[in-house]
Amino acid sequence: MAIIRVTNLTKKFKDLVAVDDINLEIEEGECFGLLGPNGAGKTSIIRMITAVSPPSRGDIWVDGRELRKHPREVKAILGVIPQTDNLDEDLTVIQNLTTFARYFAIPREVAYQRSVEILNSMALEGKRDSKIDELSGGMKRRLLIGRGLVNAPKIIILDEPSIGLDPQARHMVWRKLKELKSQGITQLLCTQNMEEAARLCDRVAIIHQGRIIDIDTPQAFVTRYMSNRVWEIDVTSDERDSIMRELERRQLEFEEFAGIIHVFPKDDSLVEGLPGVARAATLEDVFFKLTGRSLVE
Amino acid sequence: MRPFSWRFYRLWQRDRDVFFRLWHSEGAGAIIEPILVLLAFGMGMGAFIGDIGDQRYIEFLAPGIIVAYAMFAASFECTYGSYFRMEHHYTFDAILATPLNVEDITAGEIFWGATRAFMTGCIILAIAAAFQLVPSFWALLIPPVAALSGLMFASIALFFTSIVPSIYTFNFFFTLFITPMFLLSGVFFPLDRFPEIVQKLSWIAPLTPVAHLARGLFQGEFRPEMLLALGIIIVWTVVFFSITLVTMRRRLTK
Repeated sequence: MAIIRVTNLTKKFKDLVAVDDINLEIEEGECFGLLGPNGAGKTSIIRMITAVSPPSRGDIWVDGRELRKHPREVKAILGVIPQTDNLDEDLTVIQNLTTFARYFAIPREVAYQRSVEILNSMALEGKRDSKIDELSGGMKRRLLIGRGLVNAPKIIILDEPSIGLDPQARHMVWRKLKELKSQGITQLLCTQNMEEAARLCDRVAIIHQGRIIDIDTPQAFVTRYMSNRVWEIDVTSDERDSIMRELERRQLEFEEFAGIIHVFPKDDSLVEGLPGVARAATLEDVFFKLTGRSLVE
Repeated sequence: MRPFSWRFYRLWQRDRDVFFRLWHSEGAGAIIEPILVLLAFGMGMGAFIGDIGDQRYIEFLAPGIIVAYAMFAASFECTYGSYFRMEHHYTFDAILATPLNVEDITAGEIFWGATRAFMTGCIILAIAAAFQLVPSFWALLIPPVAALSGLMFASIALFFTSIVPSIYTFNFFFTLFITPMFLLSGVFFPLDRFPEIVQKLSWIAPLTPVAHLARGLFQGEFRPEMLLALGIIIVWTVVFFSITLVTMRRRLTK
Protein backbone atom coordinates (compact mmCIF):
# COMPACT_ATOMS: atom_id res chain seq x y z
CA MET A 1 0.00 0.00 0.00
CA ALA A 2 1.17 3.51 -0.76
CA ILE A 3 2.44 5.41 2.28
CA ILE A 4 1.46 8.74 0.71
CA ARG A 5 -1.59 8.90 -1.51
CA VAL A 6 -2.76 12.13 -3.05
CA THR A 7 -5.96 12.38 -5.10
CA ASN A 8 -7.23 15.28 -7.19
CA LEU A 9 -5.04 17.66 -5.23
CA THR A 10 -5.57 21.28 -6.25
CA LYS A 11 -4.28 24.54 -4.84
CA LYS A 12 -5.64 27.84 -6.05
CA PHE A 13 -4.43 31.26 -5.05
CA LYS A 14 -6.38 34.35 -6.09
CA ASP A 15 -5.89 34.19 -9.85
CA LEU A 16 -3.36 31.37 -10.03
CA VAL A 17 -3.74 27.62 -10.07
CA ALA A 18 -0.49 26.51 -8.40
CA VAL A 19 -1.36 22.81 -8.27
CA ASP A 20 -3.84 21.46 -10.77
CA ASP A 21 -5.59 18.18 -9.99
CA ILE A 22 -2.61 16.01 -9.08
CA ASN A 23 -2.72 12.29 -8.28
CA LEU A 24 0.27 10.58 -6.69
CA GLU A 25 1.11 7.34 -4.92
CA ILE A 26 4.40 7.05 -3.10
CA GLU A 27 5.44 3.59 -1.90
CA GLU A 28 6.92 2.89 1.48
CA GLY A 29 10.71 2.92 1.43
CA GLU A 30 11.18 4.62 -1.91
CA CYS A 31 12.78 7.93 -2.69
CA PHE A 32 10.33 9.86 -4.81
CA GLY A 33 11.39 13.02 -6.60
CA LEU A 34 9.32 16.02 -7.64
CA LEU A 35 11.21 17.62 -10.49
CA GLY A 36 10.12 20.89 -12.01
CA PRO A 37 11.15 24.45 -12.85
CA ASN A 38 10.48 27.40 -10.56
CA GLY A 39 6.80 27.98 -10.00
CA ALA A 40 5.85 24.50 -11.16
CA GLY A 41 4.00 23.86 -7.90
CA LYS A 42 6.50 21.60 -6.11
CA THR A 43 6.66 23.65 -2.94
CA SER A 44 2.88 24.06 -2.87
CA ILE A 45 2.49 20.27 -3.04
CA ILE A 46 4.94 19.84 -0.17
CA ARG A 47 3.25 22.51 1.92
CA MET A 48 -0.08 20.74 1.52
CA ILE A 49 1.35 17.31 2.36
CA THR A 50 2.96 18.74 5.51
CA ALA A 51 -0.37 20.30 6.60
CA VAL A 52 0.94 23.87 6.46
CA SER A 53 -1.30 24.87 3.60
CA PRO A 54 -4.90 23.68 3.22
CA PRO A 55 -5.71 22.22 -0.22
CA SER A 56 -8.36 23.96 -2.30
CA ARG A 57 -9.58 20.52 -3.35
CA GLY A 58 -8.54 16.88 -3.09
CA ASP A 59 -7.44 14.44 -0.42
CA ILE A 60 -4.13 13.48 1.12
CA TRP A 61 -3.60 10.20 2.94
CA VAL A 62 -0.37 9.56 4.82
CA ASP A 63 0.38 6.20 6.41
CA GLY A 64 -3.29 5.23 6.38
CA ARG A 65 -4.56 8.48 7.90
CA GLU A 66 -6.42 11.27 6.24
CA LEU A 67 -4.34 14.41 6.71
CA ARG A 68 -7.30 16.77 6.99
CA LYS A 69 -8.66 14.85 9.98
CA HIS A 70 -5.42 13.87 11.69
CA PRO A 71 -2.83 16.58 11.03
CA ARG A 72 -1.03 16.11 14.36
CA GLU A 73 -0.70 12.34 14.01
CA VAL A 74 0.58 12.70 10.46
CA LYS A 75 3.05 15.45 11.34
CA ALA A 76 4.37 13.28 14.18
CA ILE A 77 5.77 10.76 11.64
CA LEU A 78 7.09 13.32 9.15
CA GLY A 79 10.53 14.85 9.10
CA VAL A 80 10.40 18.11 7.17
CA ILE A 81 13.61 19.62 5.84
CA PRO A 82 12.81 23.01 4.34
CA GLN A 83 14.67 24.91 1.69
CA THR A 84 14.85 28.11 3.72
CA ASP A 85 16.97 27.86 6.83
CA ASN A 86 14.56 28.20 9.74
CA LEU A 87 16.81 27.02 12.54
CA ASP A 88 16.05 28.66 15.87
CA GLU A 89 18.71 31.37 16.08
CA ASP A 90 17.95 32.06 19.73
CA LEU A 91 19.14 28.55 20.66
CA THR A 92 22.42 26.68 20.41
CA VAL A 93 23.03 23.79 18.02
CA ILE A 94 22.10 21.05 20.47
CA GLN A 95 19.20 23.07 21.90
CA ASN A 96 17.79 23.30 18.39
CA LEU A 97 17.51 19.52 18.41
CA THR A 98 16.33 19.01 21.99
CA THR A 99 13.78 21.84 21.77
CA PHE A 100 12.47 20.44 18.51
CA ALA A 101 12.20 17.00 20.09
CA ARG A 102 10.08 18.56 22.82
CA TYR A 103 7.55 19.74 20.24
CA PHE A 104 7.12 16.04 19.45
CA ALA A 105 6.69 15.27 23.17
CA ILE A 106 9.78 13.05 23.17
CA PRO A 107 10.95 12.41 26.75
CA ARG A 108 13.96 14.48 27.79
CA GLU A 109 16.54 11.70 28.18
CA VAL A 110 15.60 10.11 24.85
CA ALA A 111 15.66 13.51 23.17
CA TYR A 112 19.10 14.34 24.52
CA GLN A 113 20.58 10.97 23.61
CA ARG A 114 19.12 11.10 20.12
CA SER A 115 20.32 14.68 19.63
CA VAL A 116 23.88 13.70 20.51
CA GLU A 117 23.70 10.76 18.08
CA ILE A 118 22.39 13.01 15.34
CA LEU A 119 25.17 15.56 15.90
CA ASN A 120 27.73 12.74 15.63
CA SER A 121 26.22 11.32 12.47
CA MET A 122 26.09 14.77 10.88
CA ALA A 123 29.71 15.51 11.86
CA LEU A 124 28.55 18.42 14.03
CA GLU A 125 29.66 17.11 17.43
CA GLY A 126 32.32 19.84 17.62
CA LYS A 127 29.65 22.52 17.19
CA ARG A 128 27.37 21.23 19.96
CA ASP A 129 27.20 24.48 21.91
CA SER A 130 27.78 26.92 19.06
CA LYS A 131 25.35 29.61 18.06
CA ILE A 132 23.54 29.12 14.75
CA ASP A 133 25.14 32.16 13.10
CA GLU A 134 28.58 30.64 13.72
CA LEU A 135 27.79 27.73 11.38
CA SER A 136 28.70 27.56 7.68
CA GLY A 137 26.00 27.02 5.06
CA GLY A 138 26.84 23.33 4.81
CA MET A 139 26.69 22.87 8.58
CA LYS A 140 23.33 24.61 8.77
CA ARG A 141 21.96 22.32 6.10
CA ARG A 142 23.26 19.27 7.94
CA LEU A 143 21.69 20.53 11.15
CA LEU A 144 18.39 21.12 9.33
CA ILE A 145 18.48 17.52 8.09
CA GLY A 146 19.40 16.31 11.56
CA ARG A 147 16.54 18.31 13.06
CA GLY A 148 14.19 16.60 10.61
CA LEU A 149 15.30 13.24 12.02
CA VAL A 150 14.81 14.03 15.69
CA ASN A 151 11.36 12.41 15.83
CA ALA A 152 12.63 9.24 14.07
CA PRO A 153 10.27 9.89 11.15
CA LYS A 154 8.85 7.26 8.79
CA ILE A 155 8.87 9.75 5.96
CA ILE A 156 11.19 12.65 5.33
CA ILE A 157 10.22 15.48 3.04
CA LEU A 158 13.03 17.53 1.59
CA ASP A 159 12.80 20.77 -0.37
CA GLU A 160 15.95 21.35 -2.42
CA PRO A 161 18.27 19.70 0.12
CA SER A 162 21.52 20.53 -1.65
CA ILE A 163 20.77 23.97 -3.09
CA GLY A 164 23.54 26.49 -2.53
CA LEU A 165 26.02 23.97 -1.15
CA ASP A 166 29.58 23.47 -2.34
CA PRO A 167 30.34 20.10 -4.01
CA GLN A 168 31.84 18.55 -0.86
CA ALA A 169 28.87 19.47 1.28
CA ARG A 170 26.47 18.37 -1.45
CA HIS A 171 28.03 14.92 -1.66
CA MET A 172 27.90 14.55 2.08
CA VAL A 173 24.19 15.38 2.06
CA TRP A 174 23.59 12.87 -0.73
CA ARG A 175 25.48 10.15 1.10
CA LYS A 176 23.42 10.82 4.20
CA LEU A 177 20.15 10.62 2.28
CA LYS A 178 21.17 7.32 0.70
CA GLU A 179 22.03 5.98 4.13
CA LEU A 180 18.58 6.99 5.41
CA LYS A 181 16.95 5.28 2.47
CA SER A 182 18.83 2.09 3.25
CA GLN A 183 17.28 2.29 6.73
CA GLY A 184 13.87 2.12 5.08
CA ILE A 185 12.85 5.77 5.49
CA THR A 186 10.58 6.95 2.69
CA GLN A 187 11.75 10.16 1.05
CA LEU A 188 9.85 12.78 -0.87
CA LEU A 189 12.40 15.00 -2.51
CA CYS A 190 11.68 18.21 -4.32
CA THR A 191 14.49 19.37 -6.56
CA GLN A 192 15.63 21.26 -9.63
CA ASN A 193 18.94 19.49 -9.67
CA MET A 194 18.88 16.72 -12.28
CA GLU A 195 21.98 15.04 -10.98
CA GLU A 196 20.45 14.89 -7.54
CA ALA A 197 17.22 13.41 -8.88
CA ALA A 198 19.08 10.85 -11.01
CA ARG A 199 21.34 9.78 -8.14
CA LEU A 200 18.84 9.60 -5.32
CA CYS A 201 15.36 8.98 -6.66
CA ASP A 202 13.78 5.62 -7.41
CA ARG A 203 11.00 7.40 -9.24
CA VAL A 204 10.57 10.94 -10.45
CA ALA A 205 7.51 12.99 -11.31
CA ILE A 206 8.17 15.79 -13.77
CA ILE A 207 5.94 18.70 -12.88
CA HIS A 208 5.14 21.66 -15.06
CA GLN A 209 2.61 24.44 -14.51
CA GLY A 210 0.97 22.63 -11.60
CA ARG A 211 0.48 19.33 -13.39
CA ILE A 212 2.35 16.05 -13.39
CA ILE A 213 3.56 15.49 -16.93
CA ASP A 214 4.96 12.01 -16.41
CA ILE A 215 6.20 9.64 -13.71
CA ASP A 216 8.95 7.06 -14.14
CA THR A 217 12.38 5.95 -12.95
CA PRO A 218 15.22 8.27 -13.98
CA GLN A 219 16.73 5.58 -16.26
CA ALA A 220 13.41 4.78 -17.90
CA PHE A 221 12.82 8.47 -18.55
CA VAL A 222 16.08 8.67 -20.47
CA THR A 223 15.52 5.50 -22.48
CA ARG A 224 11.90 6.33 -23.23
CA TYR A 225 12.41 9.89 -24.36
CA MET A 226 15.99 9.74 -25.60
CA SER A 227 16.57 6.90 -28.04
CA ASN A 228 20.21 7.77 -28.60
CA ARG A 229 23.07 9.99 -27.58
CA VAL A 230 22.79 13.75 -27.95
CA TRP A 231 24.95 15.60 -30.46
CA GLU A 232 26.02 19.05 -29.29
CA ILE A 233 27.16 21.69 -31.75
CA ASP A 234 28.72 24.85 -30.35
CA VAL A 235 28.06 27.20 -33.28
CA THR A 236 29.63 30.50 -34.25
CA SER A 237 27.33 33.02 -35.87
CA ASP A 238 28.71 32.76 -39.40
CA GLU A 239 28.34 28.98 -39.65
CA ARG A 240 25.04 28.85 -37.79
CA ASP A 241 22.70 29.26 -40.75
CA SER A 242 24.41 26.67 -42.92
CA ILE A 243 24.34 24.13 -40.06
CA MET A 244 20.67 24.79 -39.38
CA ARG A 245 19.89 24.27 -43.08
CA GLU A 246 21.85 21.03 -43.08
CA LEU A 247 19.97 19.79 -39.97
CA GLU A 248 16.65 20.58 -41.60
CA ARG A 249 17.69 18.88 -44.83
CA ARG A 250 18.54 15.74 -42.85
CA GLN A 251 15.17 16.04 -41.04
CA LEU A 252 16.81 15.83 -37.60
CA GLU A 253 15.14 16.78 -34.36
CA PHE A 254 17.09 19.64 -32.74
CA GLU A 255 16.86 22.57 -30.35
CA GLU A 256 18.95 25.68 -30.01
CA PHE A 257 19.59 26.90 -26.50
CA ALA A 258 22.08 29.47 -25.22
CA GLY A 259 24.17 29.34 -28.39
CA ILE A 260 24.41 25.57 -28.50
CA ILE A 261 22.45 23.36 -30.87
CA HIS A 262 21.33 20.08 -29.30
CA VAL A 263 20.59 17.46 -31.95
CA PHE A 264 18.63 14.34 -31.08
CA PRO A 265 19.49 11.85 -33.86
CA LYS A 266 17.85 8.41 -33.90
CA ASP A 267 21.21 6.99 -34.90
CA ASP A 268 24.80 8.33 -34.75
CA SER A 269 25.20 7.82 -38.52
CA LEU A 270 22.66 10.56 -39.14
CA VAL A 271 24.98 13.25 -37.82
CA GLU A 272 28.06 12.05 -39.69
CA GLY A 273 30.12 14.87 -41.11
CA LEU A 274 28.62 17.51 -38.83
CA PRO A 275 30.81 19.44 -36.38
CA GLY A 276 30.23 18.91 -32.65
CA VAL A 277 30.52 16.16 -30.07
CA ALA A 278 28.35 13.30 -28.88
CA ARG A 279 27.38 12.95 -25.22
CA ALA A 280 25.13 10.60 -23.29
CA ALA A 281 21.53 11.72 -22.89
CA THR A 282 20.58 12.66 -19.33
CA LEU A 283 17.50 13.33 -17.28
CA GLU A 284 18.14 17.00 -17.96
CA ASP A 285 17.48 16.49 -21.68
CA VAL A 286 14.20 14.79 -20.83
CA PHE A 287 13.35 17.61 -18.46
CA PHE A 288 13.95 20.26 -21.10
CA LYS A 289 12.05 18.24 -23.66
CA LEU A 290 9.01 18.04 -21.39
CA THR A 291 9.04 21.47 -19.76
CA GLY A 292 10.63 23.61 -22.48
CA ARG A 293 13.78 25.64 -22.33
CA SER A 294 12.29 29.07 -21.89
CA LEU A 295 13.06 30.79 -18.61
CA VAL A 296 10.39 30.61 -15.95
CA GLU A 297 10.44 33.54 -13.57
CA MET B 1 -12.00 29.24 15.20
CA ARG B 2 -10.11 26.10 16.20
CA PRO B 3 -9.15 25.35 19.79
CA PHE B 4 -5.57 25.17 21.05
CA SER B 5 -4.25 22.17 22.94
CA TRP B 6 -1.90 21.54 25.88
CA ARG B 7 0.90 21.51 23.32
CA PHE B 8 1.00 25.33 23.59
CA TYR B 9 3.13 24.58 26.66
CA ARG B 10 5.94 23.36 24.37
CA LEU B 11 6.17 26.78 22.76
CA TRP B 12 5.94 28.47 26.14
CA GLN B 13 8.91 26.36 27.28
CA ARG B 14 10.87 27.41 24.20
CA ASP B 15 10.26 31.10 24.89
CA ARG B 16 11.11 30.63 28.56
CA ASP B 17 14.39 28.86 27.76
CA VAL B 18 15.41 31.59 25.33
CA PHE B 19 14.52 34.31 27.83
CA PHE B 20 16.63 32.82 30.60
CA ARG B 21 19.48 32.19 28.16
CA LEU B 22 19.50 35.81 27.00
CA TRP B 23 18.28 37.23 30.31
CA HIS B 24 21.26 39.56 30.79
CA SER B 25 20.73 41.40 27.53
CA GLU B 26 16.96 41.71 27.73
CA GLY B 27 15.62 41.33 31.24
CA ALA B 28 17.76 43.74 33.26
CA GLY B 29 16.85 46.83 31.22
CA ALA B 30 13.17 46.04 31.51
CA ILE B 31 13.40 46.16 35.31
CA ILE B 32 15.65 49.18 35.74
CA GLU B 33 13.34 51.58 33.92
CA PRO B 34 10.25 51.15 36.14
CA ILE B 35 12.40 51.47 39.24
CA LEU B 36 13.83 54.75 37.93
CA VAL B 37 10.37 56.03 37.04
CA LEU B 38 9.02 55.07 40.45
CA LEU B 39 11.85 56.76 42.32
CA ALA B 40 12.15 59.86 40.10
CA PHE B 41 8.44 60.58 39.93
CA GLY B 42 7.47 59.12 43.26
CA MET B 43 10.15 60.71 45.40
CA GLY B 44 11.32 63.60 43.22
CA MET B 45 8.01 64.92 41.98
CA GLY B 46 6.11 63.46 44.92
CA ALA B 47 7.89 65.93 47.19
CA PHE B 48 6.16 68.78 45.34
CA ILE B 49 2.84 67.04 44.87
CA GLY B 50 2.30 66.10 48.47
CA ASP B 51 -0.33 63.58 49.45
CA ILE B 52 -3.14 62.17 47.35
CA GLY B 53 -6.06 61.51 49.66
CA ASP B 54 -4.48 60.03 52.78
CA GLN B 55 -1.47 58.47 51.10
CA ARG B 56 1.92 59.68 49.90
CA TYR B 57 2.22 60.21 46.13
CA ILE B 58 4.76 57.41 45.73
CA GLU B 59 2.34 54.98 47.38
CA PHE B 60 -0.32 56.11 44.94
CA LEU B 61 2.08 55.71 42.02
CA ALA B 62 3.56 52.29 42.88
CA PRO B 63 0.64 50.00 41.89
CA GLY B 64 0.14 51.99 38.66
CA ILE B 65 3.80 51.56 37.72
CA ILE B 66 3.61 47.83 38.43
CA VAL B 67 0.70 47.21 36.06
CA ALA B 68 1.90 49.70 33.44
CA TYR B 69 5.26 47.94 33.14
CA ALA B 70 3.53 44.57 33.14
CA MET B 71 1.61 45.95 30.14
CA PHE B 72 4.85 47.00 28.46
CA ALA B 73 6.44 43.59 29.06
CA ALA B 74 3.54 41.67 27.49
CA SER B 75 3.15 44.17 24.65
CA PHE B 76 6.82 44.19 23.61
CA GLU B 77 7.03 40.42 23.82
CA CYS B 78 4.02 39.86 21.55
CA THR B 79 4.77 42.62 19.05
CA TYR B 80 8.48 42.89 18.28
CA GLY B 81 9.35 39.53 19.84
CA SER B 82 6.64 37.53 18.11
CA TYR B 83 7.10 39.39 14.84
CA PHE B 84 10.81 38.57 14.72
CA ARG B 85 10.13 34.93 15.41
CA MET B 86 7.41 34.83 12.77
CA GLU B 87 8.80 36.91 9.90
CA HIS B 88 12.57 37.06 10.32
CA HIS B 89 13.59 33.78 11.90
CA TYR B 90 10.75 31.65 10.47
CA THR B 91 10.54 29.99 13.87
CA PHE B 92 6.80 29.40 13.58
CA ASP B 93 7.15 27.88 10.10
CA ALA B 94 9.61 25.38 11.53
CA ILE B 95 7.33 24.56 14.46
CA LEU B 96 4.32 24.07 12.19
CA ALA B 97 6.09 20.99 10.80
CA THR B 98 5.74 19.39 14.24
CA PRO B 99 2.52 18.24 15.97
CA LEU B 100 1.89 21.80 17.15
CA ASN B 101 -0.66 23.75 15.14
CA VAL B 102 -1.14 27.49 14.65
CA GLU B 103 -3.48 27.74 17.64
CA ASP B 104 -0.90 26.11 19.94
CA ILE B 105 1.73 28.59 18.76
CA THR B 106 -0.65 31.53 19.24
CA ALA B 107 -1.62 30.44 22.75
CA GLY B 108 2.02 29.72 23.64
CA GLU B 109 3.09 33.21 22.62
CA ILE B 110 0.23 34.86 24.52
CA PHE B 111 0.82 32.85 27.69
CA TRP B 112 4.52 33.63 27.50
CA GLY B 113 3.68 37.35 27.15
CA ALA B 114 1.47 37.01 30.25
CA THR B 115 4.35 35.29 32.06
CA ARG B 116 6.64 38.21 31.29
CA ALA B 117 3.99 40.55 32.73
CA PHE B 118 3.73 38.36 35.83
CA MET B 119 7.51 38.34 36.38
CA THR B 120 7.69 42.11 35.92
CA GLY B 121 4.82 42.56 38.40
CA CYS B 122 6.54 40.34 41.00
CA ILE B 123 9.89 42.09 40.73
CA ILE B 124 8.58 45.67 40.93
CA LEU B 125 6.26 44.73 43.80
CA ALA B 126 9.20 43.18 45.67
CA ILE B 127 11.25 46.34 45.18
CA ALA B 128 8.34 48.54 46.27
CA ALA B 129 8.03 46.35 49.37
CA ALA B 130 11.75 46.75 50.04
CA PHE B 131 11.23 50.52 50.06
CA GLN B 132 8.36 49.96 52.52
CA LEU B 133 5.82 51.32 50.09
CA VAL B 134 3.33 48.43 50.36
CA PRO B 135 0.64 49.09 52.95
CA SER B 136 -1.43 45.89 52.66
CA PHE B 137 -0.95 42.12 52.36
CA TRP B 138 -3.67 42.17 49.71
CA ALA B 139 -0.96 43.54 47.44
CA LEU B 140 0.14 39.92 47.04
CA LEU B 141 -2.79 39.65 44.63
CA ILE B 142 -1.19 42.21 42.32
CA PRO B 143 1.09 39.72 40.48
CA PRO B 144 -1.94 37.58 39.52
CA VAL B 145 -3.63 40.77 38.28
CA ALA B 146 -0.46 41.57 36.33
CA ALA B 147 -0.61 38.07 34.81
CA LEU B 148 -4.26 38.42 33.86
CA SER B 149 -3.76 41.87 32.38
CA GLY B 150 -0.66 40.43 30.68
CA LEU B 151 -2.91 37.86 29.05
CA MET B 152 -5.13 40.69 27.83
CA PHE B 153 -2.31 42.91 26.55
CA ALA B 154 -0.47 39.97 24.97
CA SER B 155 -3.68 39.01 23.14
CA ILE B 156 -4.16 42.56 21.88
CA ALA B 157 -0.49 42.83 20.88
CA LEU B 158 -0.42 39.49 19.06
CA PHE B 159 -3.66 40.39 17.30
CA PHE B 160 -1.94 43.51 16.02
CA THR B 161 1.13 41.47 15.06
CA SER B 162 -1.02 39.07 13.06
CA ILE B 163 -2.29 41.88 10.83
CA VAL B 164 0.68 44.27 10.46
CA PRO B 165 2.28 44.57 7.02
CA SER B 166 5.73 45.41 8.40
CA ILE B 167 7.65 45.84 11.62
CA TYR B 168 7.49 49.66 11.31
CA THR B 169 3.72 49.57 11.82
CA PHE B 170 4.36 48.84 15.50
CA ASN B 171 5.27 52.52 15.93
CA PHE B 172 1.56 53.27 15.58
CA PHE B 173 0.64 50.62 18.12
CA PHE B 174 2.93 52.16 20.72
CA THR B 175 2.48 55.87 20.02
CA LEU B 176 -1.29 55.75 19.49
CA PHE B 177 -2.33 53.00 21.91
CA ILE B 178 0.21 52.01 24.55
CA THR B 179 1.79 55.38 25.38
CA PRO B 180 -1.52 57.31 25.69
CA MET B 181 -2.78 54.59 28.05
CA PHE B 182 0.41 54.79 30.06
CA LEU B 183 -0.11 58.53 30.52
CA LEU B 184 -3.89 58.80 30.78
CA SER B 185 -5.26 55.66 32.42
CA GLY B 186 -4.81 56.70 36.00
CA VAL B 187 -1.23 55.49 36.48
CA PHE B 188 0.29 58.88 37.33
CA PHE B 189 -2.71 60.80 38.66
CA PRO B 190 -6.28 60.01 39.70
CA LEU B 191 -8.89 60.53 37.05
CA ASP B 192 -11.54 61.95 39.40
CA ARG B 193 -10.67 65.59 38.62
CA PHE B 194 -11.78 65.10 35.01
CA PRO B 195 -15.37 65.69 33.88
CA GLU B 196 -17.50 62.62 34.47
CA ILE B 197 -17.87 61.90 30.76
CA VAL B 198 -14.07 61.76 30.34
CA GLN B 199 -13.80 59.48 33.37
CA LYS B 200 -16.33 57.08 31.88
CA LEU B 201 -14.67 57.17 28.47
CA SER B 202 -11.30 56.40 30.01
CA TRP B 203 -12.61 52.96 30.96
CA ILE B 204 -12.51 52.05 27.28
CA ALA B 205 -8.72 51.99 27.52
CA PRO B 206 -7.86 48.50 28.83
CA LEU B 207 -5.22 49.80 31.25
CA THR B 208 -7.76 51.86 33.23
CA PRO B 209 -9.60 48.92 34.86
CA VAL B 210 -6.24 47.25 35.53
CA ALA B 211 -4.92 50.34 37.31
CA HIS B 212 -8.12 50.62 39.40
CA LEU B 213 -8.00 46.98 40.41
CA ALA B 214 -4.30 47.07 41.30
CA ARG B 215 -4.62 50.29 43.30
CA GLY B 216 -7.50 48.87 45.35
CA LEU B 217 -5.60 45.69 46.15
CA PHE B 218 -2.44 47.63 46.96
CA GLN B 219 -4.27 49.52 49.69
CA GLY B 220 -6.38 46.56 50.75
CA GLU B 221 -9.59 48.39 49.89
CA PHE B 222 -12.45 46.68 48.13
CA ARG B 223 -14.89 48.70 46.09
CA PRO B 224 -17.66 47.36 43.81
CA GLU B 225 -16.05 48.99 40.78
CA MET B 226 -13.13 46.56 41.21
CA LEU B 227 -15.41 43.69 40.27
CA LEU B 228 -16.49 45.66 37.23
CA ALA B 229 -12.82 46.24 36.39
CA LEU B 230 -12.10 42.51 36.67
CA GLY B 231 -15.06 41.75 34.41
CA ILE B 232 -13.90 44.22 31.76
CA ILE B 233 -10.39 42.73 31.77
CA ILE B 234 -11.79 39.22 31.33
CA VAL B 235 -14.06 40.27 28.46
CA TRP B 236 -11.24 42.04 26.58
CA THR B 237 -9.02 39.00 27.11
CA VAL B 238 -11.55 36.48 25.80
CA VAL B 239 -12.44 38.64 22.81
CA PHE B 240 -8.88 39.34 21.67
CA PHE B 241 -7.58 35.87 22.45
CA SER B 242 -10.31 34.37 20.27
CA ILE B 243 -9.88 36.79 17.37
CA THR B 244 -6.14 36.26 17.42
CA LEU B 245 -6.53 32.49 17.10
CA VAL B 246 -8.33 33.18 13.81
CA THR B 247 -6.10 35.95 12.45
CA MET B 248 -2.88 34.06 13.24
CA ARG B 249 -4.18 31.03 11.33
CA ARG B 250 -4.90 33.29 8.38
CA ARG B 251 -1.44 34.76 8.53
CA LEU B 252 0.51 31.53 8.93
CA THR B 253 -1.31 29.10 6.64
CA LYS B 254 -1.81 30.13 3.06
